[in-house]
Amino acid sequence: MLEIRNLSASVGGNRVLNGINLTVEQGEVHAIMGPNGSGKSTLSYVLAGHPQYVVESGEAILDGEDLLAMPAEERARAGVFLQFQHPVEVPGVRLDQFLRAGYNAIHKSKGLEELDPLQFDRLLQQKAGIVNMEPTMLKRSVNDGFSGGEKKRNEILQMAMLEPRLSILDEPDSGLDVDSLRLVADGINQLRSPERAVILITHYQRILNLVVPDVVNVLMGGRIVRTGGVELAEEIEAEGYEGQDEVLQAQG
Amino acid sequence: MTQQAATIERRYVEAWNAAIAPSSSDVPAELHALRESAIAKFEEVGFPTARRGNEAWKYTDVAPIANAAFEDLAPAAPVRVATEALDQHIMGGSVWNRMVFVDGHWVPSLTSMPTLPPQVTVTSLAKAMALHPHLVRDLLGRYAPYDESGFTALNTAFLRDGAVLIVPHDTVVEEPIHFIYLTSSEGQSSVTQPRTLVSMGRNAKASVIESYGALTDTLSLTNAVSEYVLAEGAQLDACRLQQHSGSAYHVGSAQVRLGRDSRFTSGAFDFGGAIARHTLSVALEGEGSECTLYGLYMTNHGQHVDNQVLVDHIAPHTTSEQVYKGVLDGRSRGVFHGSITVQQAAQKTNAKQSDKNLLLSDEAEVDTKPALWIYADDVRCGHGAACGKLDDGALFYLQSRGIDEAAARRMLVHGFANEVLEHVELTPLRVHLEQLITASLRSSRRPS
Ligand SMILES: Nc1ncnc2c1ncn2[C@@H]1O[C@H](COP(=O)(O)OP(=O)(O)O)[C@@H](O)[C@H]1O
Ligand SMILES: [Mg+2]
Repeated sequence: MLEIRNLSASVGGNRVLNGINLTVEQGEVHAIMGPNGSGKSTLSYVLAGHPQYVVESGEAILDGEDLLAMPAEERARAGVFLQFQHPVEVPGVRLDQFLRAGYNAIHKSKGLEELDPLQFDRLLQQKAGIVNMEPTMLKRSVNDGFSGGEKKRNEILQMAMLEPRLSILDEPDSGLDVDSLRLVADGINQLRSPERAVILITHYQRILNLVVPDVVNVLMGGRIVRTGGVELAEEIEAEGYEGQDEVLQAQG
Repeated sequence: MTQQAATIERRYVEAWNAAIAPSSSDVPAELHALRESAIAKFEEVGFPTARRGNEAWKYTDVAPIANAAFEDLAPAAPVRVATEALDQHIMGGSVWNRMVFVDGHWVPSLTSMPTLPPQVTVTSLAKAMALHPHLVRDLLGRYAPYDESGFTALNTAFLRDGAVLIVPHDTVVEEPIHFIYLTSSEGQSSVTQPRTLVSMGRNAKASVIESYGALTDTLSLTNAVSEYVLAEGAQLDACRLQQHSGSAYHVGSAQVRLGRDSRFTSGAFDFGGAIARHTLSVALEGEGSECTLYGLYMTNHGQHVDNQVLVDHIAPHTTSEQVYKGVLDGRSRGVFHGSITVQQAAQKTNAKQSDKNLLLSDEAEVDTKPALWIYADDVRCGHGAACGKLDDGALFYLQSRGIDEAAARRMLVHGFANEVLEHVELTPLRVHLEQLITASLRSSRRPS
């Protein structure tokens, strides 16, 4: 479904990604683990089309289409969803209205039914239950004054509403207490299906016990240095990231 | 005054001699005396065109207005008013009370007062001068001094008609009263002098909207003066909506006097005009009085909008808040001057001011300047001014959810304006404002 080949990218004049290769098939959950500053968020922004992140070389093909050539909104319409590590506060813009605009834009591009505010509200309230979000929060400004945990749950709610084919989740677990982590993990698991795929970026193994990945990748210094199964996550949990890049060099 | 300037003002004096002087017997003698002394004052002070040492007009060059060759300086009552053109100014359907003025003259056929309590007086100034001369004599011109401002002097000199609202004590007017001032010009460029007088009795409560606009896109000057007086415990919500055409000049001032424990809320909304300048002066004269003044200006192309907000805390325990926002596109320019004066006696004053601006183009400009004059020691004052572009991070966040760039920009601008719009309690007005914001964004045609 997604094929990333030799992708290099920079931001603010710094080269951050140095030849990423990654293939994600339908139905798969790919974990990407890596230390701080290794380029995990950069990869997610590059895939979602953030204009500040400059692709230097390489490609990313989604269902046969050149993902990197599309503006951000078209990527969303093609089924890409980015769960932001740091969701943006948008004062004055109501969450329900913002999300309905996105939902309808995506549906319209696919020739699917658009929803009026009443229909949309009904669906939104139902989905809000998944992440245990108060209905009053849906009428507040997007992320404005939300706690860290509320912002993360709000991201998962948006994912549940937009039903993306490819979800890129950038540290959905960071800063969450045990209860919120479970809600977020449940939300992700509910969306798992043979037609969809998930790239789950995380620093810790903790969430991988709740959302069990098919493949674990280790990102260091802007490239994937190791790929394996769940046992790789356990190894990192036990031994840390130090030495992971040497393992690669020894292998190869 | 220079020779050339004198000729500019001379034209207004001649028009006054031709149109106003002969009608002296139509109005009470005191009123005509007021007009006479006002035209003399205008001739003396003239337009504030000086570019040096003219603090009050530092950022707004009044020369284009002073030098404009308006064809009709004292237009007669219109023969016929195209009601279709009025539609874009109507709010509140058949519920709101409405009074329409065209070219400065009251149009009775377009006036309706479906929800006005019988003890409340809403009338045209011309009629009030005939029927209640004492009321007019006691109130008119008392709060809007014409000895300092050439524009106020001009308005007072050309006083013929306007709106008068008198709400007696302990009376609540549930539905708004909407004064609509339009310029028709009937093909000629013209000057009109709208005047509004509102007197709120003890514990009276009402909402008033002043709308300004043009029926045609002709060169014009609207020079408005409003006076609001609130007695003890009165509450008034007063909005001003300026949606002139791009060829119009608008100068206005409102003088507000607040009695003990009275509450004044005002919304100032500027969308139109080539040059628009408005001065809102609020005197918190009564102990415990409060005002909340909010405003939104949205400009484009070569527009210039200037808001002067002058708050004077005279009595103790008074509270004021100014919340203004600007959205500027094209080569437009916004000016905000918010001043807070706290007199020596005004202990326990609480005063806040903020002006935030969103610049949608590189050519747009804002001059925003707070001024605090504090002579009391036990006060709380806060102010802040800001100027910025649309947040790229927020723009990307919206786009990442499938919203195209143009729609995302519109959403963010609406979001920015919402901090002001959320103060607007009248739903029809809020809906109307949202439409004006949308229309203004459409007209900017930015590449996406
Ligand atoms: N906007 C930016 N400008 C300059 N450098 C940046 C910017 N964003 C990220 N970087 C740098 O890129 C590197 C990778 O950052 P990031 O992708 O956020 O890492 P991770 O998500 O793995 O912690 C870091 O060294 C970071 O400082
Ligand atoms: Mg990160």
